[in-house]
Amino acid sequence: MMTIVMWICGIMLGLATVACLIRVAKGPSILDRVLALDVMLLIISVALCLEMVFNRHTDYLLFVVVACTLGFIGSVTVSRYVSDQRNA
Amino acid sequence: MELFLDILVAVLLITGCLMSLIAGIGLLSFPDMLTRMHAATKPQVLGFLLIFTALAIHLRSWSVVPVLFLAWGMQLLTAPVSAHMIGRAGYRTKHAAKQSLYADELRQVVDTVSDAPATASVEVSSEESKDSK
Repeated sequence: MMTIVMWICGIMLGLATVACLIRVAKGPSILDRVLALDVMLLIISVALCLEMVFNRHTDYLLFVVVACTLGFIGSVTVSRYVSDQRNA
Repeated sequence: MELFLDILVAVLLITGCLMSLIAGIGLLSFPDMLTRMHAATKPQVLGFLLIFTALAIHLRSWSVVPVLFLAWGMQLLTAPVSAHMIGRAGYRTKHAAKQSLYADELRQVVDTVSDAPATASVEVSSEESKDSK
């Protein structure tokens, strides 16, 4: 049963990743791209959790925590630079 | 009991991954930046909560719960901050589609602070021409 669940989840995550990549390629502004890449990092974390569930280990737990922090730092940094100089 | 827990894990995993799929579809199909921000927050809190609960139940251990709670709490704390920063930058650089807003209470404040509506409108047109390129 777990294999079927993994296939379903993997297909959903793959479709979501493709959608994010299309948005990164199309995105009219840099903020849309940052948003899409942030979601992609979340999808990677979810995939790591799926792998941990499938193989019953906890090796990637710390990477999930680090990925959360990385996404936060990345989006805040980029949006800080995007802000215009007028009100900086 | 084991079967029940396994089914619970499966349902939680599929629902959590569905959140990611919803975020991807929303990122593709919503028209402007503010609505896309709304879609992008779906896997951040609820999706992670479901996935982490599934992981803790599947491993049948309490020892991973503090680390999972740390990851989830980190997400819970940082998601509003980064969303605020992105929204702020988007509003001030005119990336947000303001004609689709019903009420815009921030504009008055921004205009008062910037204190130069004439130059602001010039910047709007230059930014828009930049976007259209």
